[in-house]
Amino acid sequence: MKKIIAIIIIAFLPGLVMAAGGGIHLDKANIDIRDQVSLQNGARTYFQYCSGCHSIQFMRYNRMGEDLGLSDAEIKSTMMFTTDKIGELIKVSMQKKDSERWFGTAPPDLSVISRSRGVDWLYSYLRGFYLDPSRPFGVNNTVFKDVGMPHALWELQGLMQPVYESYTDAAGNEKKKITGMEQATPGALSAEEYDDTVRNLVNFLSYVGEPVQVQREQLGVYVLIFLSILLVFVYLLKKEYWRDVH
Amino acid sequence: MKEQLTQALGWVDARFPLSKMVKEHATEYYAPKNFNFWYFFGGLALLALVIQIVTGIFLTMHYKPDAELAFASVEYIMRDVEWGWLVRYMHSTGASAMFVVLYLHMFRALLYGSYKKPRELIWIFGMLLYLIMMGEAFFGYLLPWGQMSFWGAQVIISLFGTIPFIGPDLALFVRGDFVVADATLNRFFAFHVIAAPLAILALVGAHLIALHEVGSNNPDGVEIKKNKDANGKPVDGIPFHPYYTLKDAVGAVVFLMFLSAVLFFAPEMGGLFLEYPNFEPANPLKTPEHIAPVWYFTPFYTVLRAIPSIGGSAFPGVVAMGAATMIFFALPWLDRNPVKSIRYRGIEFKIALTIFVIVFIILGYLGTQAVTPLYEIIGRVCTVLYFAFFLLMPWYTSREKNKPVPERVTFK
Repeated sequence: MKKIIAIIIIAFLPGLVMAAGGGIHLDKANIDIRDQVSLQNGARTYFQYCSGCHSIQFMRYNRMGEDLGLSDAEIKSTMMFTTDKIGELIKVSMQKKDSERWFGTAPPDLSVISRSRGVDWLYSYLRGFYLDPSRPFGVNNTVFKDVGMPHALWELQGLMQPVYESYTDAAGNEKKKITGMEQATPGALSAEEYDDTVRNLVNFLSYVGEPVQVQREQLGVYVLIFLSILLVFVYLLKKEYWRDVH
Repeated sequence: MKEQLTQALGWVDARFPLSKMVKEHATEYYAPKNFNFWYFFGGLALLALVIQIVTGIFLTMHYKPDAELAFASVEYIMRDVEWGWLVRYMHSTGASAMFVVLYLHMFRALLYGSYKKPRELIWIFGMLLYLIMMGEAFFGYLLPWGQMSFWGAQVIISLFGTIPFIGPDLALFVRGDFVVADATLNRFFAFHVIAAPLAILALVGAHLIALHEVGSNNPDGVEIKKNKDANGKPVDGIPFHPYYTLKDAVGAVVFLMFLSAVLFFAPEMGGLFLEYPNFEPANPLKTPEHIAPVWYFTPFYTVLRAIPSIGGSAFPGVVAMGAATMIFFALPWLDRNPVKSIRYRGIEFKIALTIFVIVFIILGYLGTQAVTPLYEIIGRVCTVLYFAFFLLMPWYTSREKNKPVPERVTFK
């Protein structure tokens, strides 16, 4: 009897996993953390469009420069707005109490945002702003409903008009859901170019979330090679000693 | 040179039983020669403990147990401290590795009846170690001061608050504040780096001394001390050193390979070892949508959630969760079958153990998920089966039809 119950439960498990999914659909970011040009472009976008409000307070300018192959001169002239020391952390000059008054909440630090939200979330979020006159900044977001942030990249993407579809929910109420978006006003970039810009930006945020990740994987390969070789010798030594055990 | 070393050893031996201890615990500690795969995990638990202690010492040099600084100090370790990221990942991955090893080590005891007479005390010391290890992991999880650190601690400490009469005051006493705060972080740091490790080291000593007093069990559950040769050595025993030190070294390298594979290529382990919301600093004003403990606590968390509240109090669930961990202590007395190894036991225990393992895994999975009506039912069924494994044990183990147990260990 117990066995039958167990079999039933196991048989149900895959279905349960499916049932637990759902939620918001996220597009794949498909970033490549080893693509240095993409990281550099992402950094430039960040400093042009994001760094006014969002700090990366655990990251240092010079460490970023070394890892991404950006010169001190470029960093100093185009990226360092809050300090003149290259070894400083990337902070914002906006006061927390001001930003709370302006946006309802202080813009979060982006140091580890790629690790708490995930890169796919960020990629979808930055491509998810649409026109919504009921919001203070005129835009809402498909991934983060009623977010306090304005569409900071609007001049690149242009403004998007949502395409609604009506449906009837389980309780019989008429509801609308967004099924797609169409261009309302043109942006400086085409749709593909904008996706690439966002992808580079997300790639940069992923780097910032864990600057060591490329080095980590490289070291991991060496460690595993060393352990594999060590395993052969330790195993042969054990075998030699165990020959007299019968 | 050799003569001088012998003299030096003699000098020490006249004052401290060094040679005697090495003999008793290594070179003349006779272990059964038929240990199999499952016998790697005791030694590996020790290795995992050493990794945690050594990496922990280095982390303590840079970590700041202060609610204002803790989160930043962890990121400082990850970025600015030389090799800090490696030490931190070794510690965070090592914690999960420790529990993997401990669960397999405990499963071995269930398979081969290692908790049975005369090894009841070894089992009890081991269970105490497991409980303190859970405390150690829980205290440690608060230290990064992320959202899950904070809310996980908030939930677990509030469980104390459900105890009738003394609950709220007790929870306040444990927390040191009305919510989890700087005071809580400070005391958890003290527990994590001093109190629990001291208790763990003392109990590991007791666990090993008790083991070496009665001798190791083996996959056949045969007492090797019953068969001794003319010199008084067990005929089926081999000296722990060099035989098992070398065999365990092989196991240790394989273990390190698994550890490295996770540590270097998936340190978050898909959110299981490092939960994603924990990369957001603790915010007492923002409750996460879904609070889940780390994977090694989830079976017990499901038991907690499976028991319905009575009169608005979650206390019954807390009692059930406590009972689910404490009931392991009674195992030596619940199992009435004198035969130790599952190889020679009746079908009843084999079925019961199989179901128990499946139930434990399902409970663990459910604990990582948000509750749905279906999950709640499955959680309750599994909770009942979990307790049935223990509570019905005196009944089903006394009616097992055993196979004959051999006189000597089997060894190919």
